[in-house]
Amino acid sequence: MLKTSLYDEHVALGARLVPFAGFEMPVQYKGIVEEHRAVRERVGLFDVSHMGELELEGPGALELVSSLITNDPTRIADGQALYTCCCNEQGTILDDLIVYRRSPERMLVVCNASNREKIVTHFARAAEGRVKFRDASDDTALLALQGPRALETLAAARSSVDVAKELKSFRFTDGEVGGTSCTIARTGYTGEDGVELFCPWTAAPALFHALMSAGKAFGIEPVGLGARDTLRLEARLALYGNDIDETTNPLEAGLGWVVKLEKPSFVGKDALVRIKAEGPKRAFVGFEMRGRGIARHGYPLLDASGATVGVCTSGSPSPTLGKNIGLGYVPVALSKLGTTIQVDCRGKAIEAVVVETPFYKRKR
Amino acid sequence: MGAATEIKDDRKYTKEHEWALTEGDEILVGITAFAVDQLGDVTLVGIDAKVGATLEAGKTFGTIESVKTLSDLFAPVTGVVTRINTALEAQPELVNEDPWKKGWMIAIRPTKLAAEQGGLLDASAYKGHLEASAH
Repeated sequence: MLKTSLYDEHVALGARLVPFAGFEMPVQYKGIVEEHRAVRERVGLFDVSHMGELELEGPGALELVSSLITNDPTRIADGQALYTCCCNEQGTILDDLIVYRRSPERMLVVCNASNREKIVTHFARAAEGRVKFRDASDDTALLALQGPRALETLAAARSSVDVAKELKSFRFTDGEVGGTSCTIARTGYTGEDGVELFCPWTAAPALFHALMSAGKAFGIEPVGLGARDTLRLEARLALYGNDIDETTNPLEAGLGWVVKLEKPSFVGKDALVRIKAEGPKRAFVGFEMRGRGIARHGYPLLDASGATVGVCTSGSPSPTLGKNIGLGYVPVALSKLGTTIQVDCRGKAIEAVVVETPFYKRKR
Repeated sequence: MGAATEIKDDRKYTKEHEWALTEGDEILVGITAFAVDQLGDVTLVGIDAKVGATLEAGKTFGTIESVKTLSDLFAPVTGVVTRINTALEAQPELVNEDPWKKGWMIAIRPTKLAAEQGGLLDASAYKGHLEASAH
């Protein structure tokens, strides 16, 4: 089992560690609900060093990355980042990524830990003989600092960049935090404001301690994968392996906004053009449980008559809303807001209603 | 070792981490502090058993769900369900706050206790079971 460079910190903080994508990762420290609230109300610090980082360098790096993803990195500026899908020729999703454009000749791609091998192979093969490719995952650590007090915490940790003033959403820059050189990106996976910090693997403990001690005044908590999941669910951010995978396409997954069919070509384009012309067969919706039950990944979704019509892909109690919520695929006819559906909770049909997503939206 | 490994001497246990406390002619059933700690924040206690129905030892009488996971609840003994703790419907967090008392789930009037009680663990055997499952 692999460990991130913050393993000792997690153990010292009393984390419960679980295997995740080959790593021993903290699922919780004090408790999922408490950590969830800390991020919504104050600030939380996540170790997400298990994520994969791919570097592409040389003339044509931008075009190469563009040819492998559905979104269009040629339409953003240097220093900007982009959320995207990476599809296969069938137009289904190999992974969802964030692509960072340092310059047209220097691109960084961040992929899910569980897909690292697949994406590394996919990109390395495409890059061969064209641009320099490096899997930097083993020597790149990643921390996420998220919540309404995240930027104040970062400033208190002596950030060389005044993020609140100098860095807009989905922008990134190199800087220094508490003496540690890092790339600071105003991105996240929680629905809150905040940053993600890339630093050398061995520098992560120093950065972690600097942020934890600077955050003390703001009520910082270390946050595990458990609350990361409930936070992203409330913000309706897709989780690969749950909500999207190689059986789903971005158009039906509500990710049409990251598919730029006007791009000259990219892997999966022909299939996606066809899928779009045929029209979606199912829709990805959010729902709220009306009866007593919690929807979970894989539970069947039923229509009012009790016939199985779809599947729940993510479900959980929502600590912020105090309701039980879920995401899943249903036929387009049942996707309208207010539609009553049922969730087959281990043999019990529990009523639910299709609601607007994101379930939670932060006040700006 | 903190409250999570606390064990009460006044009751019996199952390997699935239920406790069984004799009170008059009833046996109260709940889950142990260890089980609660493993679950985390309890968000739903679903008791499927009905008052007056007969439950068989080892059969599920409901489910308990936390933010992340779901576990079955198993009847420690065979008998007739006499009461259900309906307070847990609105306040599942009672299981976290007081697993040994306010977090009780059902009461059973046992019908095969003589034959079944040997299958239950006493406090020291349950402690041994916890230590053996900790790695």
